[in-house]
Amino acid sequence: MTTEALTRPVGLAATFGHLREGTALPVTVVLLVTIVAWYLGAIWLNSGLVEQKFEQTDKSATTAEFIDMAWSLDRPVLPAPHQVAIEFYDSVFTRDVTSPRSLVYHAYVTGSAAVVGFIFGTLLGIVLAVGIVSWRTLDRSLLPWIIASQTVPILAIAPMIIVVLGNVGLTGLMPKAVISMYLCFFPITIGMVKGLRSPDPLQLDLMRTYSANRNQVFWKLRWPASVAFLFTSLKVAIAISLVGAIVGELPTGAQAGLGARLLSGSYYGQTVQIWSALFMAALLGMALVAVVELAERLTLRRMGARP
Amino acid sequence: MQTLRTAMPMNVESPQTASQIGNRPVAIDMRDLSLTFETADAPVVALSKVNLQVKAGEFVSLIGPSGCGKTTLMRVMADLERPTGGKITVNGLSPEQARLARAYGYVFQAPALYPWRSVRRNLMLPLEIMGVPREERETRAAQYLDMVGLKDFANKFPWQLSGGMQQRVSIARALSFEPKLLLMDEPFGALDEITRDHLNEQLLRLWEHTQKTVIFVTHSIPEAVFLSSRIVVMSPRPGRILEVIDCDLPAKRTLDVRETPQFLDIAHRVRLALRAGHSYDN
Repeated sequence: MTTEALTRPVGLAATFGHLREGTALPVTVVLLVTIVAWYLGAIWLNSGLVEQKFEQTDKSATTAEFIDMAWSLDRPVLPAPHQVAIEFYDSVFTRDVTSPRSLVYHAYVTGSAAVVGFIFGTLLGIVLAVGIVSWRTLDRSLLPWIIASQTVPILAIAPMIIVVLGNVGLTGLMPKAVISMYLCFFPITIGMVKGLRSPDPLQLDLMRTYSANRNQVFWKLRWPASVAFLFTSLKVAIAISLVGAIVGELPTGAQAGLGARLLSGSYYGQTVQIWSALFMAALLGMALVAVVELAERLTLRRMGARP
Repeated sequence: MQTLRTAMPMNVESPQTASQIGNRPVAIDMRDLSLTFETADAPVVALSKVNLQVKAGEFVSLIGPSGCGKTTLMRVMADLERPTGGKITVNGLSPEQARLARAYGYVFQAPALYPWRSVRRNLMLPLEIMGVPREERETRAAQYLDMVGLKDFANKFPWQLSGGMQQRVSIARALSFEPKLLLMDEPFGALDEITRDHLNEQLLRLWEHTQKTVIFVTHSIPEAVFLSSRIVVMSPRPGRILEVIDCDLPAKRTLDVRETPQFLDIAHRVRLALRAGHSYDN
């Protein structure tokens, strides 16, 4: 047992090992198929615009010219992958990070709101879960409201939150963080209620034989038992927290942030800009989830999880 | 297999005999104890008019088929169930007072170790709850891990141990706060016979040296005969005591005692008693 444990790679090394061994080929294939389909889709969806262009100049086009045009329009219906890649590269690497033309700047604006909202949401979610698990009345009275809160579309609530908070002098990051919090406390509460209730009767009986009080049962049993559940919820929460922050930027015509970037892109038909902002949002989301996953791995390893 | 070594000097206690035990105070006293579970269809009589007195320092086994109430009886002693009739005292107190006084250590069928705690910290759990100071906790954990022969595994997590090792940790945990009474609910039920034999022998040594009162639930006749000073034979529907058999095998017995006529005779009596109370017809 011990030698096996010693020779087995742990943590990050193991993750990359898996990539090398099993999943690299399928991932590459899927990526290639997606790119090819995207290029073909760009020709198909942009054909109308390309035809107009050629009609305006009264020239007939060869197939090669037609395709070339479809893949290099200024404001295409669907930009080709390389157009998005170039725009992404330019707006990430060639601009001053503090300039509003830099995607890094916009990602920072949105990301910081998402992270603040995530922290608030996590705290709120945990507090609600502890209340629900500890007091029967809260279990009955609170849970229906919590579920109802999530059935209302966030797009409908977001403008009201922004207006209300704007009236009390909160603008900029805070309203967006509040919207993020509104979305992400929910999976935390649900996950933590389940986690705090996860100890089996035997583990609880053991505490009873020690005459442990409620606090001790909570801190020495319920809380540690719920940590794995918490991290699962945190991964969901951080992702939707980002969605919340982006949605929070849409209704106000915010000047900065990925949402603002998406909005201005759609005002001016800058589809390339929209797509590169979308990619930035996806990358940001992946990075945030990766950070939570890393924290999860470190924490659970300390708590004796099997590698 | 390492041994459940006793950390104490070998000459502390003389071997116990039935007569010595006879003079000791009563540790557990049950009079007409009954417990009926109210279920959706019909009430289930788990215990019916149980009378039993256990003296301090005795090793009493409760044996019987599944559903005879032996676990329930032990859970009543531990204040994990409330009786619906009769009287029970543990060390002269009610079970609840005894529980609050942390009078007993309970070893469950499963080790019930907390998976996020290392072996050492699992051992310290009851000590933390009872407010034992840090250094003392560390010393006691080390002492009792040594006693069950697992000191090299102190920093392992439960999943890294075999089933037998995990159960030894759970026994050490029950001993760590030094209760006078040890309640053991089929602690070796899930183990293979070889491991079980070893642990039986080690438990017997431990009992001889610590003079604890042990209540031990089992459904293995040889285990009961080998370990006990008295065997309580129980029967189901309703759960009740059929017979109490004295088990006066020589002190300091080893596993070899199981081949002796005396052992086989007691085992035979237990088997007869079980057969008398248990019919498969109903």
